[in-house]
Amino acid sequence: MEHILTALPWARRLTQVRQILRHVPVVSVLILLVFIVFGIFGNYFMPHEATKAHFGDVLTPPMWQEGGSAEYILGTDHLGRDILSRIIGGATISLEVGFIVIFFAGALGVVVALLSGYLGGRIDAVLMRITDMFLSMPFLMIAIVLAAVLGASTKNIIIVLVTLGWAGYARVLRGEVLRIKERDFVLLARVARCSKTRIMLRHIFPNIVNTLVVLGTLQLGQVIIAESSLSFLGLGVPPPAPAWGSMVGDGRDLIFSAWWVSFFPGMAILFVVMSTNLLGDWLRIRLDPKFRQL
Amino acid sequence: MANYILKRLWQALICLIGISVIIFFLSHLSGDPVLLMASPEATQEDIEELRRTLGLDKPLYVQYWVFISGVVQGDFGQSIKWSKPCIDVWLSRFPNTLLLGSAAMAFSLIVGILTGVLSAVKVGGWFDKFGKIFALMGQSLPVFWVGLMLILIFSVNLGWLPTSGHGSWKHLIMPAFTLGWYFTAATTRLSRSAMLDVLDSEYIKMARVKGLPEYLVIMKHAFRNALIPIITLAALNLIMLLNGTVITEVVFNWEGIGRLVVDAIFARDYPLVQCCVLIASMLFIATNLFVDILYAYIDPRIHYH
Repeated sequence: MEHILTALPWARRLTQVRQILRHVPVVSVLILLVFIVFGIFGNYFMPHEATKAHFGDVLTPPMWQEGGSAEYILGTDHLGRDILSRIIGGATISLEVGFIVIFFAGALGVVVALLSGYLGGRIDAVLMRITDMFLSMPFLMIAIVLAAVLGASTKNIIIVLVTLGWAGYARVLRGEVLRIKERDFVLLARVARCSKTRIMLRHIFPNIVNTLVVLGTLQLGQVIIAESSLSFLGLGVPPPAPAWGSMVGDGRDLIFSAWWVSFFPGMAILFVVMSTNLLGDWLRIRLDPKFRQL
Repeated sequence: MANYILKRLWQALICLIGISVIIFFLSHLSGDPVLLMASPEATQEDIEELRRTLGLDKPLYVQYWVFISGVVQGDFGQSIKWSKPCIDVWLSRFPNTLLLGSAAMAFSLIVGILTGVLSAVKVGGWFDKFGKIFALMGQSLPVFWVGLMLILIFSVNLGWLPTSGHGSWKHLIMPAFTLGWYFTAATTRLSRSAMLDVLDSEYIKMARVKGLPEYLVIMKHAFRNALIPIITLAALNLIMLLNGTVITEVVFNWEGIGRLVVDAIFARDYPLVQCCVLIASMLFIATNLFVDILYAYIDPRIHYH
């Protein structure tokens, strides 16, 4: 019976899909799905407006605590803004910053890695020295300086994190390119007189995509933490936007009286970052057997 | 070997020069310090005069040259906010950061190695599971939030530890834990995999065949050999720790380099910012260089071109 099933194309397909999805971290994927849905359609889920102050209900505790109300499930902050709505709104910011930074930093890293790894020689020497330079800078200090110079805005935070984020991709992917360019299919492509650009884009690039995806997923969490750290210091996404980092920062002085103001946004960061880390680890093992030892 | 060392030194030097250029231009973009330093009733002429005495009227590349020749001689310029040499301000704060960094390091090494080794001895066991969760949490939690939650639990609710400042060992516990947790993850993972590698080797099997008690096999034969990569990571981690104290120091009001940088940025004290960031980069590059050379020295199989 089974071999008849596997003989059917769609059934074989199904088995393959099942193989790929084995041990997939279900909880992580669910959390990330909720995160992405909130990030895109957050407005439809918010019980209140994220930036609207309710001065009559300042610092309401969460609903299960004494003095809390079902109106504000997770309580309100010092301006009476609903914490739950702000967390949902904050998903948009983290999602936007996270994905844009990963995309551009990854793209820049890929370009540098391809040029450096495939062309070699002087170009490689120069590009790798620049990469080294970016990797040896104290990340957070430079990020703070850069953010202070550019001024606090979502666009600038993205610029800062891309500027400081691409080098890691370039370094790892260059190693991959060096390994792949010695393979037979690249040599054959050269024999067939493919142009350098074509070899880099059509023959080498598809072979580093797996590593790129793994790096990107593992980086997503780090980007979200970096963004929230800068926002916490007041150098990231400017108020009144509900960035998770600045929400925790708002609660810093209230820690003695209103723990919920900084507790819940931090939990949101924890869940999302932990999920991306778990998913990244799973992808690493799934897509890149070489990494299994790590 | 000598060639390799020379080459690495040369690379490190270029790297440092590049970073100094970036830092210099960045901090000069951050605003006009003269306007901050001049008293409110200063006239336009006073301001120009001040600019001349500070050398800020010259073209940027001349200013860079003055700056970098000073740095080579150990002179990082005058701090605007503190009105004394930057390096003195840095030196006065560095011991605090070193103390915090070392305490965090000690914490992450003890917990990381212990969990890593015990996880490797019994893969899939209770310790292995705990270690995985602890490591994962450490890498996923934002430092500022961990700090705040510790304050909430141990200072506000239990009243056991002081919320901020420094002085006694009690002040050190929460900041060291906050800072060290993140680095525990890497140490745990590395100790675990290093131990697993060693435990799989022939000489461990030999030791077991000889009939040595298990704790001797683990402690004397396996652990000592697994220590080499762990110590290398620790050296690099220490520098990352020292450079990564910013958020922890801000949360706990710890008077170290990290808070100094943040304060200097908000005060637009750009010579001080330059000084701190440059020294942090120097420490990092020097450690990397040291580790690389040490590796080449220890392992003759490594060939570099």
